[in-house]
Amino acid sequence: MCLAIPGKIQSIDTIHNGMVRMAKVSFGGIIKEASLEMLPAADIGDYVLVHVGVAISKIDEAEAAKTFEYLKEIGEIDELIEHTQVDKN
Amino acid sequence: MKFINEYRDASVVKEYISELHRITTRPWTIMEVCGGQTHSLVKNGIIGLLPDNITMVHGPGCPVCVTPLHLIDKAVYLAMERNVILCSYGDMIRVPGSKNSLLEAKANGADVRILYSPLEAVTLAKQNPDKEVVFFAVGFETTAPANALSVLHAKREGIKNYSILTSHVLVPPAIEAIVNDQTNIVQGFLAAGHVCTIMGIGDYYPLVEKNKLPIVITGFEPVDLLQGITMLIKQLENGEHKLENQYSRVVKPEGNPEAVKVIEQVFEITHRDWRGIGEIPYSGYEVRKELEAYNANVKFDIQLEKAEESPDCIAGEILRGIKKPNQCPQFGKRCTPLNPLGAPMVSSEGACAAYYHFSNVDVLV
Repeated sequence: MCLAIPGKIQSIDTIHNGMVRMAKVSFGGIIKEASLEMLPAADIGDYVLVHVGVAISKIDEAEAAKTFEYLKEIGEIDELIEHTQVDKN
Repeated sequence: MKFINEYRDASVVKEYISELHRITTRPWTIMEVCGGQTHSLVKNGIIGLLPDNITMVHGPGCPVCVTPLHLIDKAVYLAMERNVILCSYGDMIRVPGSKNSLLEAKANGADVRILYSPLEAVTLAKQNPDKEVVFFAVGFETTAPANALSVLHAKREGIKNYSILTSHVLVPPAIEAIVNDQTNIVQGFLAAGHVCTIMGIGDYYPLVEKNKLPIVITGFEPVDLLQGITMLIKQLENGEHKLENQYSRVVKPEGNPEAVKVIEQVFEITHRDWRGIGEIPYSGYEVRKELEAYNANVKFDIQLEKAEESPDCIAGEILRGIKKPNQCPQFGKRCTPLNPLGAPMVSSEGACAAYYHFSNVDVLV
């Protein structure tokens, strides 16, 4: 139910006399419409997370990479702690 | 980067699994709150790869599972007796009420429609001005903005034949209720990433502090879940309790302020009955009084007697993490997705359905 899927904004139209921005979002080639009312700054080319027809978040690419750096980081921290303990001994 | 495949990479999964085996020295019981996370864990076989010392229990974060029986009965009544076009999300249509599900009501001639978005229901109301259109608006905080937006769209366009039957619930009061339950065995939580995408993370600090409880806001893909579990186990092993955000690519500390604004325009906080759990104070949303023309409960003044739950279904214990689906005597026998006794066997997020479809529990062999 809380399923939300990342997709790329292909184009943006307005409806309701220009009051609502609707995007065509590509989910790996499948195009669905999504409301951009929750994301006033979203633009063509952005990756957004879409839930029941509403884009709820812009995906932050720099943050996205952190998951893959985390293991390396904690490995380095653990190594540092081990070295510190060795030094103390 | 496409933000999906990278988070399903087997080599990264293997690295996280071996890290978890390295750091886990004692038994820990942790709960993933969201049913989407439960399905991802079971479907991707992650539970079987975790160290034996880690027990995952599955939380109440399946909105259709916790939607109370009497609200489903109300929806069925509206569809059968009041000649409305009743619409909702696919899962909700299949959940059994005390007599019928909405799908059975449809088979008996009621006009029940499965929609992808509540915004489509407003269009439906516009196209059918001589009929009342009711959207059965279930969900957690993630879904609240879309459901609220449908009311604002209807109002803006002057559509008067549209209303919503609300069953909205909130995650933080549910975590609080689980932690305060005397039978609680959960030592740390993976909080639901998409809920926090909307609401931000502020509500979780008091839960962490008051209950000395580690909480990691976590995403839904295999690598997300494994990183979330790793962060949580590190806290538990170190005797820490912190709020951490694994899912920072979409969860900002402040959430989505536009979405929160829309929720506050349409909904107010109320006590809610959770199916299988009971009433939790201040744990859900109802349509604000000034917008009650869009509240199906008010518009149709439905008086139905509250029905009793089937005594054979242990959904309440499943949703609080006290029992696993395969510990239910009816699991896979009298209760299957085609013939469910309770909601967790129906929904694409229900723990029982996840076990039935994807796990290798002995009872199915």
